Amino acid sequence: MNYKAEDMRINNQKNNTLLLYIIAILLLLVVFLISVSVGSVEISFSDIFKLLKDHFSGVSRKDNINEGLSTILFNVRMPRVILAAMVGAALSVSGAAMQGLLKNPLAEGSTLGITSGGALGAVLSLTLGMYIPVFKHLGLAITSIVFSFLSIVLILSLTYKIDKGLSTHTIILTGVIFSMFASSLTSLLVTLSGDNLKQVVFWSMGSFSGRGWSHVRLMFPFFVTGTIILLTLSHELNAFSLGEEQARYLGVNTKKIKLLILTLVSVLVGISVSVSGTIGFVGLVVPHITRLLTGPNFKRLLPLSLLFGASFLMLTDLVSRTVLSPVELPIGVVTSFIGAFLFIYIFYNHSNRKNS
Amino acid sequence: MLKAENINVMVDNKKIVDDVSFEIDEHDILMVIGPNGAGKTTLIRAVMGIVPHSGKVYLNDTDIRRLKPRILAQKIGVLTQKHQPQFAHTVYEVVSLGRYAYKNGFFRNLTDEDKEKIREAILLTGIQDLVEQSVLTLSGGELQRVFLAQLFAQDPQILILDEPTNHLDLQYQITIFDIISEWVKEKGRAVISVVHDLNLVYSYGTRAILMENGKIYSQGNIRDVLTRENLKSVYKVDVVQWMQSLLRNWSV
Repeated sequence: MNYKAEDMRINNQKNNTLLLYIIAILLLLVVFLISVSVGSVEISFSDIFKLLKDHFSGVSRKDNINEGLSTILFNVRMPRVILAAMVGAALSVSGAAMQGLLKNPLAEGSTLGITSGGALGAVLSLTLGMYIPVFKHLGLAITSIVFSFLSIVLILSLTYKIDKGLSTHTIILTGVIFSMFASSLTSLLVTLSGDNLKQVVFWSMGSFSGRGWSHVRLMFPFFVTGTIILLTLSHELNAFSLGEEQARYLGVNTKKIKLLILTLVSVLVGISVSVSGTIGFVGLVVPHITRLLTGPNFKRLLPLSLLFGASFLMLTDLVSRTVLSPVELPIGVVTSFIGAFLFIYIFYNHSNRKNS
Repeated sequence: MLKAENINVMVDNKKIVDDVSFEIDEHDILMVIGPNGAGKTTLIRAVMGIVPHSGKVYLNDTDIRRLKPRILAQKIGVLTQKHQPQFAHTVYEVVSLGRYAYKNGFFRNLTDEDKEKIREAILLTGIQDLVEQSVLTLSGGELQRVFLAQLFAQDPQILILDEPTNHLDLQYQITIFDIISEWVKEKGRAVISVVHDLNLVYSYGTRAILMENGKIYSQGNIRDVLTRENLKSVYKVDVVQWMQSLLRNWSV
């Protein structure tokens, strides 16, 4: 065998991967800058850099214009954009992980009903008034995470009851049915509690409107812990993407690892839902596109999905708040619009392959 | 080396595997035969602890349920019957996953030893021209060889093969079993294989288990198991007569 050629191939791949990382990071920075710059009040790039410089060097200029811009930049846009980036990254990474774990290219938070379950948990904690003092939103976040976990376990065991092979279609069908059920309960709860329609829309289609630093601080530790641990599981996910039985034969402690991955996914999806409602299809769109660029190896897929996911959701948030300005579209409208088409495309390809 | 005692598997109140016990020694190629639905695949999955079962399996006197999955994978490797990949992993990526059992800790890049094992496995199964291809583009036979290569890269002491040649053409059926019978000659190795083609059983097996309705109908040396009466009783066909009539077609 031509061993030299194979070594070259591996090296080539490394160069391509490095290039992809550079592109992904540059994209992230550019999208971030555009996102904090564009809005009802435009802040030019030079103003952003000036304000950043002032901010970090501790200079405070006492003129009104700068103070106004500074408030918009630091207290309104930046937390919102950073939060969108974290949610995008979290949903994308957890989507990719679910796809590998279940050997199912259509699996992700919203198609499996995990996000709807999380939203139901969040709304329950709101209507029942569960608060943990000091950390205002923590109770909400934790119920959302717990409900995400319970949903995923329920969906998988239901699917297993129906179809022991856990086939792609059965999982998705169960997920969709569960998702509808959980969403209807959520809407019912919100309506009964006398909240307005805006709340229903928030929990069913998501939004970053009015999110601030408190949400960023709340999400940050969950996000960092969840993604870092998930990133270390790339070999296990590669093995799982050949099927759970195969993974076991290869030496993966499938029970332990599966539980760990499901927990991490629940943490990431649950925390995302608690700060921004249910934003559909992000975990489907981003890993799919990333896979086209880099192949399905989780060693590259996870970190790149993280970076692209952050950019993707900052960008969709930008679209949702500017396209019909001053009216703000729920961000889920934008992501689902893209996601639905992609879902059909993947589903079609998948079925075609199965039939051939 | 490997000893299974009183294996039972119940599914929906039906006994799929019924009190099966067997043992293999070093250098054995144990052929598991029997009609469709006899419980051969389920037996393998029970031995590996994939399906709920009763009974015990010992590897060199250690209960294999006490072994960590990683350690077990270093000792026993399994080739399953069906492979339906969903993602476009390259052949090289799939074969290199065979080294998973030897990787531990945070940085788990392939060592030179890993790469050498992978290279050997790729050469042995003759898939060197496919290494860069996506596994989604392969034929059934190619896929079978890729997973066989993964198994050789895993470098276990015991191979458990579930119909290893069912997608392969005649040339590769022979090649694969030639490879396996060479492989098993080294110290501390043995093979268990489910096979349908009784000619392969005769040519390469050292011992056989003939199964019927989850039970062992007969086990022992190939010649003692594959008797005309046994085969007729289990397969409901006079296999020997059929084979002889086949041969007559070829006598030019």
